[in-house]
Amino acid sequence: MSSVEFRKDIFADERDDDFNEIGKPRIRQDILGHVTGRSRYYDDHLFDGLLHMRCVRSPHHHARIRSVDASAAERMPGVRRIVRPSDVPNNLNTLLSLIGFGRDDEPLIASGKVAYRGEPVLVIIAETEAQARAACNAVRVDWEVLPHVLDVEEAIKPGAPTVNETYPNNTFDYGRFDHQKLRFGDVRKAFREAAHVVEAEYQMSPIEQAPVETCGAIAAPETNDRYLCHTGTQALFFSLGTTAKLLDMPSSKLHFIGGTVGGGFGGKVDSLTEPMAVLGAMLTGRPVKFQWDREEEMQVGAPRGGERWRIRDAVTADGHIIGREFTGFFDSGAYTRLSSYAIQKGTGHLPGPYWIPNVASNIYCVFTNRTPATAMRGFGITGVDFAIECHMDRVAETVGIDPIELRILNSYRDGDMKPHRRLAKNCALVECCQVVAEKAKWPISQEARSASSLAGSSPERASIPDTAVDEEGKIGDRRNREIDPAPAPGTKTVPAGTRQPGEMKDAGPQRPDMMPDAAALGLKRDQASAQRQMPAAAPSARGAPQPVAPAQVRPAAPAAAPPAAAAQPQPSAPAAPPAREPGPAPSTGQPAEVPYQPDKPFQRGVRRPGVSPFLSGSRRR
Amino acid sequence: MALHKGRGFACINYPIGMNLGGDPSQALVHSTPDGKFMVTLSAIDLGQGMKSVTRQIAAETLGVPIEDVYVDTADSDTGPHDMGSFASRGTHRVGNAVIRAATEARQQMLEAAAEELEVNAGDLDTDGKGNIHVKGAPGRSITVSETAIAAQFNQGRTLAGRGIFLIPKSDVNDETGEMSTVTCFAHAALVVDLTVDDETGEVKVDEINSAYEVGRALNARLVEQQLIGGAWMGVSHALYETTEPYYPERDHGPVDFLGYQMPGPGEIVPHNIAILERPAADAPFGGKGPGEMCANPVLPAVANAIYNAVGVRCDRLPITPEKILRGIQANGGARPQARR
Repeated sequence: MSSVEFRKDIFADERDDDFNEIGKPRIRQDILGHVTGRSRYYDDHLFDGLLHMRCVRSPHHHARIRSVDASAAERMPGVRRIVRPSDVPNNLNTLLSLIGFGRDDEPLIASGKVAYRGEPVLVIIAETEAQARAACNAVRVDWEVLPHVLDVEEAIKPGAPTVNETYPNNTFDYGRFDHQKLRFGDVRKAFREAAHVVEAEYQMSPIEQAPVETCGAIAAPETNDRYLCHTGTQALFFSLGTTAKLLDMPSSKLHFIGGTVGGGFGGKVDSLTEPMAVLGAMLTGRPVKFQWDREEEMQVGAPRGGERWRIRDAVTADGHIIGREFTGFFDSGAYTRLSSYAIQKGTGHLPGPYWIPNVASNIYCVFTNRTPATAMRGFGITGVDFAIECHMDRVAETVGIDPIELRILNSYRDGDMKPHRRLAKNCALVECCQVVAEKAKWPISQEARSASSLAGSSPERASIPDTAVDEEGKIGDRRNREIDPAPAPGTKTVPAGTRQPGEMKDAGPQRPDMMPDAAALGLKRDQASAQRQMPAAAPSARGAPQPVAPAQVRPAAPAAAPPAAAAQPQPSAPAAPPAREPGPAPSTGQPAEVPYQPDKPFQRGVRRPGVSPFLSGSRRR
Repeated sequence: MALHKGRGFACINYPIGMNLGGDPSQALVHSTPDGKFMVTLSAIDLGQGMKSVTRQIAAETLGVPIEDVYVDTADSDTGPHDMGSFASRGTHRVGNAVIRAATEARQQMLEAAAEELEVNAGDLDTDGKGNIHVKGAPGRSITVSETAIAAQFNQGRTLAGRGIFLIPKSDVNDETGEMSTVTCFAHAALVVDLTVDDETGEVKVDEINSAYEVGRALNARLVEQQLIGGAWMGVSHALYETTEPYYPERDHGPVDFLGYQMPGPGEIVPHNIAILERPAADAPFGGKGPGEMCANPVLPAVANAIYNAVGVRCDRLPITPEKILRGIQANGGARPQARR
């Protein structure tokens, strides 16, 4: 039996919950169509004369293509067109070129060589899918098998075969280095001062996004020299832009329709099927479907990448983590796709939701001869969170402290400096820990129960320390000699307080009247203006100690009735609850709507002796 | 041979949206002649409820009933640009764009109503039920429908709005890793109770207790569904799934759902959820988007609970019965840790 409760008492002073629609359990706009089978997914669009595409794929991890003989396939029944690499107008792309990140490294159809098992080398368009499959089986490829590398740490050793010619050292480039660095303070110093050093390695498994609807698209010629494409993409204009680039056509010639998708979880950002289907429609002048079968979805479609993490913590006798070092490897597979970006996301996330005064991290985006990895739910974060949270339990055991109390002790608080040199705000980790401990009846100390995300920062915690930096791991160096992938000792110091100006901030509304005020959005405490005061107090010059105003220090409240109505400096809010300007009229005296509670508990499937628990929902009680 | 109970904990935070920005979203809102509103997007509904959440946001901002708003999405000829549904960005980025578009449309609507009622637009308010009235004088009112008809056929005025939300892209320092990341973070903490069979190595997850801080639950039911489904995915990731069982070797990869192990509906774990709301200043109505983060704490909490049950650290996913049995064997038997 599952249950949901809303802890409206917590952070109540930061919210106005008086809304007509927001927060209400409204039924989905599209659910009736979904449950009655009437929603139209891309594959429900029917076309006369639809052709089908299938790929001839590499059976080898790494091989040179000496020749491709499709003469038998061409003569087979139903075959309408053989698509070769030379048919792709601009046969090299990288997904994130749309935001100017990384170099083009991946062909739509491989020519010359393949870099992973399953890479397409030829495409056949036929009247039926079966005919296309049969013709693919009749294609003869003369392969020259090359040495391959599958392990990330093997791939960065001198002499490892080059997987991807665009990045000949098997690593993505981050500025001058072959990995993304994060340096804050001096972890070496922390390890010297620590009572305990806790070290371990963690390995994520590649997993499948496993949508019910596999990746696919149907493209058809439209009038005016345009092409229509029905697609299951997660990112309509991403797929449209990628198609326009690969096919070297103005994006205005493409009309993409999607938006109803049978599950994505990250795997449908890659935009592999749309360019292929549109290319097919261009070459044949007929509607063409390119749809993966389940085997392609699982073994060719990009999985969540295998990540390897090593964590080393410096811990004091009382459980304060004073230094944390990461060495991370993202297995990107043969091409970049999105792994390069996930590494920067992961770097900004370190060291997890904790305040640690000395942090160092080296993360590598490594090319190996496997299916390229891509986004999946939690991309860039899930793997390192698995490592961090398993590691926190190791630390708790080493120090002999309760695991939840250890987290609360080390938790980040409003106003703390993060290792990427920006202040934390809007934190809520402590409160989540307290609530779940209470729910699960996991006893924690009075001190842990009375902690708060709003209190506990200090000028020291809000400052940027002297930071040890190094020049190890320049692009290409690892080709010549083995270099320890862990963060190297500092060779120089970046002075305390060093940071570039700037905060992440949105571009603002196009015109002032396009944005309602904070009160209309239910934001009672103007957090934005509270935060704006922080950098003003923060040191802009280098060196000097940093008397940053910490987050509002307030008397600790017991966990049972956390922040609630306690006095809270409200920089801009008036004493009375602000009237919501462009909101609905005040309600006419009837009691406020009761917070949503599920009307009946969430039902699970069959759990009876002798009955498979894997039965589908149709047999639910 | 015995069954061992174990308890594990994990907590996390999660950045909302493309971490370094550069991911714009646009929205258009316009009224039909009878005063209903169409929200036009190119955002994708993956089943997460994009259409429903943006519909609620538009209705709230416009001040009209949700029945009078319809969301049309993902036709590139009509829907303005959006980066896509990934990185937990949908609610945050598209939601903000919809607020802006709906705010402009609302302004047009109030100006049209003001002309009909011969008052200042600033003196008007909506009741959320389809009426516009003079503040403090509910009797002096006009329906949204009459306003739209007047705007269309008498005044020659559109009731429409445009919105865009963009956090400009920023770069990362290669020496220190300094960067301006997004500042909107969701939080979670979670306790897993499970049972390990030290004869078979099988794990049965008995119960999950959790606390998720989501800024604001814009649609209570969608949040509940996301969290229960996400926890299911986390259990599956921790205990069952992999496309490459002998990673880094590629042998014996599954090719269908017979070989690719996932728990069925019967194994959805009883899950007691507490939802906390600390609104983020830059998020639509403070809502942070629970889509991705909800699976994350489950993985380590399961691993920590298995250690608590039998004293085996499983640092390589998935945690199969084989790995647990080998661990128990290496330890010379199960070593249950202190009960919590």
